[in-house]
Amino acid sequence: MFYRENGQFKSSYREDQQILGIRQDRWFIFGLIAFAFLVVPFVASDYMFRAILIPFLIVSLAAIGLNLLVGYCGQISLGHAAFMAIGAYAAYNLVVRFPQLNFLLVLVLAGLIAAGVGILFGLPSLQIKGLYLGVATLAAQFFIDWVFARVKWFTNYSPSGSVSTAPIELFGYKFDSPVERYVLVLAVVIVFALMAKNLVRGHIGRSWMAMRDMDVAAEVIGIRPMYAKLSAFAVSAFYAGVAGALWGFVHLGSWEPAAFSINFSLNLLFMIIIGGMGSILGSFIGAAFIVLLPITLNQVLPPLGALVGMNFGTAMASHLEFMIFGALIIFFLIVEPLGIARLWAIGKEKLRLWPFPH
Amino acid sequence: MRQRKIGEVILDVRNISLSFGGVKALQGISFDVREHEVRAIIGPNGAGKSSMLNCINGVYHPQEGEIVFRGEVRRDMDTHHAAESGIGRTFQNLALFKGMSVLDNIMTGRNLRMKTGILAQALHLGPARAEELREREFVEHVIDFLEIQAYRKTPVGRLPYGLQKRVDLGRALAAQPQVLLLDEPMAGMNLEEKQDMCRFVLDINDEFGTTIVLIEHDMGVVMDISDRVVVLDYGKKIGDGTPDEVRNDPEVIKAYLGVSH
Ligand SMILES: Nc1ncnc2c1ncn2[C@@H]1O[C@H](COP(=O)(O)OP(=O)(O)OP(=O)(O)O)[C@@H](O)[C@H]1O
Ligand SMILES: [Mg+2]
Repeated sequence: MFYRENGQFKSSYREDQQILGIRQDRWFIFGLIAFAFLVVPFVASDYMFRAILIPFLIVSLAAIGLNLLVGYCGQISLGHAAFMAIGAYAAYNLVVRFPQLNFLLVLVLAGLIAAGVGILFGLPSLQIKGLYLGVATLAAQFFIDWVFARVKWFTNYSPSGSVSTAPIELFGYKFDSPVERYVLVLAVVIVFALMAKNLVRGHIGRSWMAMRDMDVAAEVIGIRPMYAKLSAFAVSAFYAGVAGALWGFVHLGSWEPAAFSINFSLNLLFMIIIGGMGSILGSFIGAAFIVLLPITLNQVLPPLGALVGMNFGTAMASHLEFMIFGALIIFFLIVEPLGIARLWAIGKEKLRLWPFPH
Repeated sequence: MRQRKIGEVILDVRNISLSFGGVKALQGISFDVREHEVRAIIGPNGAGKSSMLNCINGVYHPQEGEIVFRGEVRRDMDTHHAAESGIGRTFQNLALFKGMSVLDNIMTGRNLRMKTGILAQALHLGPARAEELREREFVEHVIDFLEIQAYRKTPVGRLPYGLQKRVDLGRALAAQPQVLLLDEPMAGMNLEEKQDMCRFVLDINDEFGTTIVLIEHDMGVVMDISDRVVVLDYGKKIGDGTPDEVRNDPEVIKAYLGVSH
């Protein structure tokens, strides 16, 4: 009885179109953002920032990008980390070759370059669907991996093939410590998440979802498949590119091509399957899950093992991690394709009626 | 009696032939549709009725013939051009966007008119907001007209079949088509739902002057609401005229009325 829209009348379509229709939802999200900006920086440890919060935020951004393409537009990409690689190397080259560029501009340019490549690798989607498109995007992954490993120009002829970056400087301020980097990433991710939410509730988002749900009907109503699909590839790759640049510059600092391998791509897919297809919130939930699970297992298993007199090493933890992922993915694919975000929505619906059963 | 006057020929289908491999779905079909009329297409299962509509709005591309729409002669249509020039369509088998709400489904009917770019959308700039509100207002009229206000935010998949058919109609209507192609809008409905749907079709025709091309199996409905009827059988046209003419045509009786119902 406490969580509901009761008494919150919408007197205009504008009000009705707000992102978070229910006041409690709005408070919750605002509260969360305020907490992330005002409380977390003072209480979290460096380890928390480096190992959990920063990677979580960045992969959330990449997962949002992939979700726009897969969850909203119904296309598939098995090589999304390759677009992150494009963003990371584009940003690296921009910084090396034009050191005076503002890093925010570098981020946007890196995203745009990734978007261009995304359109290119999205072209097969105009002809093929499903499994075949999956294979085509896999080819993108391997091709792009190969390019960054072999074409030395992209790595500025570094002998080892790995590249390293200096701390980010913005308007004369150096983002060096973990907490500073966290705040920077947090700001970028919140802005991009809001933009994604805006996109999916507008006519472009509707054209994506229409293509996903019933492409013939979408065409008949006047939606151009080419425009809908390629714009989804472009925006999705843009997000991946920005996330990749952040991953390289803020999280890793130095990296080699293997940092954006097929494993990363598959992890991104797992995130949106577990978190929720076609949900921005789900992208965050899935990312949190995938980032936190291995860390939690590593922390929890050894003491648990000691308790029962067994020795669970790190190897055991990583085996368990695979098993749990596998089980969860199968569970969500079969039982709840809309992921944890959907379970959350069902929970809210129940809460709206609580304490009455109906 | 309905108050409207039937105008000039708006859609002229000439000598259309369509085959799938060996199956001749349509063989040299010609007929015309006049502005503001309700034109029915009838025929037994597999006669080629849906294929005919699919040719008119560019889902299928006939091997022969031409389609004249509002004076423009075309070898065949393409879907986008058809939508843009004012041909709307509902589907025999529901083709709604399952993952979207009633409101969003109908909003896609306005997509052709929504032009703000990706950046304006992402940043929710003034023009993007204004456009969304303007189109939303129109869609609300459609929702009122079809009496589905209560289901605005409901995912379409959760609606009963009859209401889904209504949403399908609403989506097509939102595009403000000049010609509306309805593929069995009343199939699978009970009597009451059929009556509602009949009323909507007639109101659309009456109030907005929309030309209607309607496929329907229920002969009572066809006889009641259509001005002229085309009869197809095995891909051939076997009759064309007013409901009374068609009803009394011996060939039609033999091929169609005799075998069904
Ligand atoms: N996409 C397609 N591929 C192959 N054959 C098709 C296709 N569409 C229609 N046909 C064939 O064309 C013929 C006409 O089909 P159509 O769907 O137009 O019939 P209909 O008159 O609408 O029948 P119904 O009353 O059952 O809807 C049928 O033999 C059908 O099998
Ligand atoms: Mg049919």
